[in-house]
Amino acid sequence: MKNNRIVVIGNGMVGHHLVESLISQEPKARITVLSSEPRLAYDRVHLSEYFSGKSAEELALTSEATYKQWQVDFHCNAKVTDIKRDDKVVLTESGQQYDYDRLVLATGSYPFVPPIPGNDQAHCLVYRTIDDLDAIQASAENSRVGVVVGGGLLGLEAANALRQLGLQTHVVEFAPQLMAVQIDGAGGNLLKNKIEELGVQVHCSKATECIVPGEGHRYKMCFADGETLETDLILFSAGIRPHDELARNCDLQVGERGGIVIDNYCRTSDADIYAVGECALWEQRIYGLVAPGYQMAKVAAKSLLEQEGGEQFSGADMSTKLKLMGVDVGSIGDAHAKTPGAMSYTYENQPLAIYKKIVVSEDGKNLLGAVLVGDCSEYDTLLQYMLNGIELPDAPETLILPMATEAPSLGVDALPDMASICSCHNVSKGDVIAAIDNGACDLSSVKSCTKASTGCGGCSALLKNLVDSTLEQRGLEVNTDICEHFAYSRQELYDIIRAERIRSFDDLLDRHGKGLGCDTCKPAVGSILASHWNDYVLKEEHLPLQDTNDTYLANMQKDGSYSVVPRVPGGEITADKLIVLGQLAKKYDLYTKITGGQRVDLFGARLEQLPEIWAELIDAGFETGHAYGKSLRTVKSCVGDSWCRYGVQDSVSMAIFLENRYKGLRAPHKIKMAVSGCTRECAEAQSKDIGVIATENGWNLYVCGNGGMRPRHADLFATDLDDEGLIRCIDRILMFYIRTADRLQRTSVWMENLEGGLEYLQKVVIDDHLGVCHELESQIAHIVESYQCEWKTTLENPESLKRFRQFVNSDESDEGIQFIRVRDQISPAGENQKTKTVEMA
Amino acid sequence: MNDNKWTHLCKTSDLVKDSGVCALLENTQVAVFYLSRPEPKIYAVNNYDPIGKANVMSRGIVGCLGDEPVVASPLYKQHFSLLSGQCLEQEGSQITVYPVRVEGDDVQLSIANAK
Repeated sequence: MKNNRIVVIGNGMVGHHLVESLISQEPKARITVLSSEPRLAYDRVHLSEYFSGKSAEELALTSEATYKQWQVDFHCNAKVTDIKRDDKVVLTESGQQYDYDRLVLATGSYPFVPPIPGNDQAHCLVYRTIDDLDAIQASAENSRVGVVVGGGLLGLEAANALRQLGLQTHVVEFAPQLMAVQIDGAGGNLLKNKIEELGVQVHCSKATECIVPGEGHRYKMCFADGETLETDLILFSAGIRPHDELARNCDLQVGERGGIVIDNYCRTSDADIYAVGECALWEQRIYGLVAPGYQMAKVAAKSLLEQEGGEQFSGADMSTKLKLMGVDVGSIGDAHAKTPGAMSYTYENQPLAIYKKIVVSEDGKNLLGAVLVGDCSEYDTLLQYMLNGIELPDAPETLILPMATEAPSLGVDALPDMASICSCHNVSKGDVIAAIDNGACDLSSVKSCTKASTGCGGCSALLKNLVDSTLEQRGLEVNTDICEHFAYSRQELYDIIRAERIRSFDDLLDRHGKGLGCDTCKPAVGSILASHWNDYVLKEEHLPLQDTNDTYLANMQKDGSYSVVPRVPGGEITADKLIVLGQLAKKYDLYTKITGGQRVDLFGARLEQLPEIWAELIDAGFETGHAYGKSLRTVKSCVGDSWCRYGVQDSVSMAIFLENRYKGLRAPHKIKMAVSGCTRECAEAQSKDIGVIATENGWNLYVCGNGGMRPRHADLFATDLDDEGLIRCIDRILMFYIRTADRLQRTSVWMENLEGGLEYLQKVVIDDHLGVCHELESQIAHIVESYQCEWKTTLENPESLKRFRQFVNSDESDEGIQFIRVRDQISPAGENQKTKTVEMA
Repeated sequence: MNDNKWTHLCKTSDLVKDSGVCALLENTQVAVFYLSRPEPKIYAVNNYDPIGKANVMSRGIVGCLGDEPVVASPLYKQHFSLLSGQCLEQEGSQITVYPVRVEGDDVQLSIANAK
């Protein structure tokens, strides 16, 4: 690469994507990023989630550490004021100068504020950046009513934000309908009705003439038709305008109505200056969606790096699917049937508030566009018809009619290889197939190597179908049988055990299996039986099913000795109990270590010592910690509002309650939880299977996070729950996981493979979509009622205690277990450190 | 096989159905498994796991792979045949298998005929 200093002005989503593309193709690229915002790129598409609990950090698309690692020279709060093209230098507000060889303008757009007298007052705001959101939040604290001016896509997002802030919310739209760009009048009406049901007042065909002081509220808006509306806060969201001032000032070519003119390589009229994203004008069009911006960024990156055979930008499909205040809205292609000769088919179901329209070509062969409101289930199929020019069936209306049982759902096999599967990351069907042919053999590996379905996630069902179908064609169909002894998946075995009320492995094997079983199916069935019936795990018929850790209710270490972990609910422990642990460790010479789950692990116990150790622990009031089980481990907590200056809820009490509620619950894999007392999140709840974070109003629930080898940030499941609501959600989620997950599948992987993902889980748990919630709750209630400390039961049972002998015919100990001392504690001796020779077979 | 080579190991009541126990014969640790299916049968192998390098085989889960009765190491889960001692995943790894029989309520072993 030539001496090529690239300066990028702007670090929005597209600017960041450009930097990412440059670095991934040329790690040594010399890049300077100048951003006028105080922080690096964040997710503007999901901005409204800022008000439902997501922090600025969670919305972030990158971090300063990442940019440093990439050796990107970046400057925040660095507003560029001038470009000197002759000297190839840019100047910032603070007087800094940056030389460039190539310059990229990724300056984005700004919200258009209509020229209404009075629009510049303190509580007249816009909705674009995190700083804007902070201003809105501050203003909302002293407001009761809020008005959004603009009923487009962003305006409705903004209205939802105001609603979430507790304001009585209005939307004022100049056009006669909502979302006039994307959907037609009939769809707009239905959307209006649905939104008004949610308590947002919609006023269409309203032109605001002035904003004057109000009587009951801060302001009064006066409309052209003589009506007025009083409000405390006004949010303008009436479209965007490109940030093109820098380009204008240095005489780059701009469009009549704004926008920096670019060619197919995203070059401006100066070949060393590029423009991408919402500030760029391509063929007289500005693209206000993120996917086309990403495509421009990719094209520009290739051109900047002077790569051979660079791609060209050739326009982008503006079809979109989204959820506005819980209402599904989809718009595809020519939604308004503007193509000459176009014909439409519509379906409207007023009781269910569903509206669907398809627009087809004059000859009825091709789909030109579609509008979907209230139900977007056909979106993927319709989009594929349109994008790939697939010939329509003879009766195109069957595509949207609900009763058409033979609705020709377009199989993935019918798609051409160039069909776009994921538009966020521009992944085609061919890319997915190539990834599979290169060794990705399940959904999650396809996702991680192609990035498909990791943007908005709208294509997840389609992607799963494609992966399944391709694997099947390759003869690689993933066999979901648990092992050779049962031709069933774990979920199917669970259903069989539940339906046939099977209570033992032998019974299940006789009815549905073959052979003797093995170390795969036995523990899996043992776990299902325990999840469902909650018998004592060392009962005669269950004992042979348990892994060694469950058999001996302790964790086997590499030398055959065991570690012991008593339960310390919520990590809260008295001095007396700590002393007991210390004395015990001293007496048996155990190695002690504090665990990540806020308890104490005691290592180096011999098998035959376990009952004596546990007798002492139980005397002192401890219970088993299930560190050995695929079950709830710990509920970590911070100290909460009893001590902490910042705490807003009593996180310790909640953690203790949760730990005591779910202790002993057997699951497909271990379960970790945490409760944080405020948004500072000291308990690291977002890396847990179940994470709870206190808010001023209650609890935010996060699900399916994971630390460990494949970290996964937990998903925000529900916000501001009260105690009962929180527990109800956790009950249902846990039991649904237990019923449906694969063997040894943590919640994180379960979620990634759950068709429909988070939204589906919310439907099941919150809306009781499957009608199983009552059953899930009573199942958990049964587990809670039938809890027993397995160590207490074992100590009371002489037959069970017989298992805790090293030798059935001798009182000797295992000579293979020997220790050396390291930092004043025991440590397993290596083979050449052992003083007694151990007989090897 | 000569009868006087059989040594008393433990009682049948020491065995655990479809699971393993460990018995000591002089200095040798022997893992004894009692499989109740397809018909009741007892197997004995050395207790030392040659891959995990610890005396733990008796604590493994028993079952079958195909027709072969096996025990899975509790440490790293390799399967060893209870008939031949051969490790199914790792060629060259093997555990000793001992002939074992039941006389009355005595479990007896023949160390000399180990294979």
